[in-house]
Amino acid sequence: MIRYTIGRVTSLFLSLVVASMVIFAVVEVVPGDPAAYMLGVNARPDTIAALRTELGLDMSPPERYLSWTSGMLRGDFGTSYTYRTPVTRMILDRIVVSLPLAILALALTVAIAFPAGIYAASRRGKLGDMGVMGATQLGVAVPNFWFAMILVLIFAVKLRWVSAGGFPGWGNGVWPGLKALILPAIALALPQAAILARVMRSSLLDMLGEDFIRTARAKGLTRRQALWRHAVRNALIPVLTIIGLQFSFLLAGGIVIEQIFFLPGLGRLIFQAISARDLIVVESVVMLLVALVIIVNFAVDLAYAAVDPRLRVRA
Amino acid sequence: MSKLTTFLLAGSTALFATAAFAQHPHLNVAMQLEPPNLDPTAGAAQAIDSVVYSNIFEGLTRFMSDGSVVPGLAESWDISDDGLVYTFHLHSGVTFHDGTTMDAEDVKFSLDRARADDSTNAQKGLFASIADVSVIDPLTVRITLSAPNGSLLFNLAWGDAVIVAPESIGEAATHPVGTGAFMFQDWVQGDHIDITRNPNYWGTPATLESATFRFIADPTAAFAALMAEDVDVFVGYPAPENLPQFEADPRFQVLVGNTEGETILAMNNGREPFNNRLVREAVAHAIDRQAIIDGAMYGMGTPIGTHFAPHNPDYVDLTALSNYDPERSRQLLAEAGYPDGFTTVMTLPPPSYARRGGEIIAAQLRAVGIQTEIQNQEWAQWLETTFRGHDFGLTIVSHTEPMDIGIYANPDYYFQYDNPEFQALMATLNQTTDPAERTALLQHAQRIIAENYVNAYLFELAVPTVARAGIEGLWRNQPTAAIDLTAVSWP
Repeated sequence: MIRYTIGRVTSLFLSLVVASMVIFAVVEVVPGDPAAYMLGVNARPDTIAALRTELGLDMSPPERYLSWTSGMLRGDFGTSYTYRTPVTRMILDRIVVSLPLAILALALTVAIAFPAGIYAASRRGKLGDMGVMGATQLGVAVPNFWFAMILVLIFAVKLRWVSAGGFPGWGNGVWPGLKALILPAIALALPQAAILARVMRSSLLDMLGEDFIRTARAKGLTRRQALWRHAVRNALIPVLTIIGLQFSFLLAGGIVIEQIFFLPGLGRLIFQAISARDLIVVESVVMLLVALVIIVNFAVDLAYAAVDPRLRVRA
Repeated sequence: MSKLTTFLLAGSTALFATAAFAQHPHLNVAMQLEPPNLDPTAGAAQAIDSVVYSNIFEGLTRFMSDGSVVPGLAESWDISDDGLVYTFHLHSGVTFHDGTTMDAEDVKFSLDRARADDSTNAQKGLFASIADVSVIDPLTVRITLSAPNGSLLFNLAWGDAVIVAPESIGEAATHPVGTGAFMFQDWVQGDHIDITRNPNYWGTPATLESATFRFIADPTAAFAALMAEDVDVFVGYPAPENLPQFEADPRFQVLVGNTEGETILAMNNGREPFNNRLVREAVAHAIDRQAIIDGAMYGMGTPIGTHFAPHNPDYVDLTALSNYDPERSRQLLAEAGYPDGFTTVMTLPPPSYARRGGEIIAAQLRAVGIQTEIQNQEWAQWLETTFRGHDFGLTIVSHTEPMDIGIYANPDYYFQYDNPEFQALMATLNQTTDPAERTALLQHAQRIIAENYVNAYLFELAVPTVARAGIEGLWRNQPTAAIDLTAVSWP
């Protein structure tokens, strides 16, 4: 287990270094000057030059890469060009929206997908199975932004149960904050739940055909007991992989949903920063998201080892 | 005092509070883009001025909704006979929101800062004619010009020329401190900005007690937020296709106002084939303005025939010079040596007037034999490659700065029009202060660029505002980017 963990940590670190280089290089190549963008069409060249100096844009790319990465190691992401505020603070402001949203959406995904998948597997070929499969087919096919708009029209415009969007902040209590995140979380969760339910079902069905299940049945366990005691745990490995991917997606992929619900999350920050060529913000937020994805995958790898003892031995 | 009276008293105060609340002291305003920062003297983003102009910051002069320039922090002014010396008399008793006094020193500081060598003012050109700013006494400032400038009072009304204080300007990006009728309260970045009424305002106090600016970029979300009554006013409503629905709904009013945005199909005068006047004339005749206004703008917008705002009294209607005449266009192309047309690149920035209008224009040009290769560009990319790099054949953009016909006197400007006659005319205009002479010069200037077909002039951009019925005092027009709430009230 220790060697396994050390191996994973090394690859985690190398992935982060490579990612930082790729992100910086890509952002550098994209045309567009943040100073020119800020000053608009009437700006004089000397004004743009003065602003570039003020923002530190007149340094060479390697110098800027070094100052960016060394700053990050100290926990300092630099200062945004357009907002003129520390990037670290901006990220913290946004992550208190995006992270709870992703966690809420993931919790909903799991809460819907597990029962649905297990139910469908235990009713294989029967009406219940077909019902669940039909519903998940629909869930996978419906785009989440469309579903989000329908939710807004029903619950905000017609019923007035919640606001059409926006985020009141956590300062006014937990409930108003959660209330603002419910619709976006549902919109994000349903397609993911549909995918996860299908994975859960097929993974369980694979297990149910295995020899050890037949052995368990031969021992005298009922079909249901064999399913719960032996199949579910073994079916979790592919399911965990999907959950890991889904969490990363929910965290980084909320851009469209954040636009529809005008939530001040990381997705919206990145969207604004890209169009304003706020390079330092783009680089730092993308880096953070990449780091989170890598760390989540690392956690999933460790979770495999916890679920499946064979992985520990092999490593 | 018995418990009962206390109870009754408390009850009556509560009643009183409810009565006051029924007057809606708060307004929720929405706009599409969030300002990147709140310092109007250090950025070109219109969203900055939308929030702070007149509400938080004021200048020596100011724009009214109809575009006229009236006294602001300056109560009055005297102009010397040679037009070189302006003496401004400031209002007395004006304080900044942090309690410090606004006086002649602050005016000098603000103007000197804007025109300094290391200034990052996006409209530094506005101050180019100023040679010296000096303090006569705390309420009197003298501005000396290097040459007469007929538009100085107009220039000083811009959001980029507001008066700021040396004590607070360092924090203005995130915590603006001005002299306006509203004070900055809070900014939750990405979500909203709160402002509250300034109790010590020197002028007529605002009716609203507070207001919140929200930023909703997505057109569908904008629709839902208004329908759910989460926002009371949406300035620059982004989905014109559902304006009729708001007009039919008794809960709302729709105001369609004009802007200073001349929307043009710009041609690269410095490059083949658009360096040929006949080709430019052919392009101008190939375009059906009304089809573009109807198709891309849902009927909003006034056709223009030159680079000038049609609501300006000095405007000359020259649309007949470039009427829709595809037959004439084909003849002109043949005359210019392109009987089979040609192929060019059309770059389109993100706004819908450009993206939707671009598709329609491409079809109209195809009809006379001009093939266009459309390139959609983000603003930052457009600024670098099209605007600064001059790498384009055609592009569509709305020039939203007021009175900006002077850009045609700059041969390095992106459409690269180089005409010494026009440049001399603009130099004369800048030194002319007599209103009648200025009108004549401006009208002559409009004719020159229209007859030279420098660009194809499409329409004056309109701005739709959707508001709850009964709200009064909103600006219908946008002579400058501003959501001035100082005179806004609920019924």
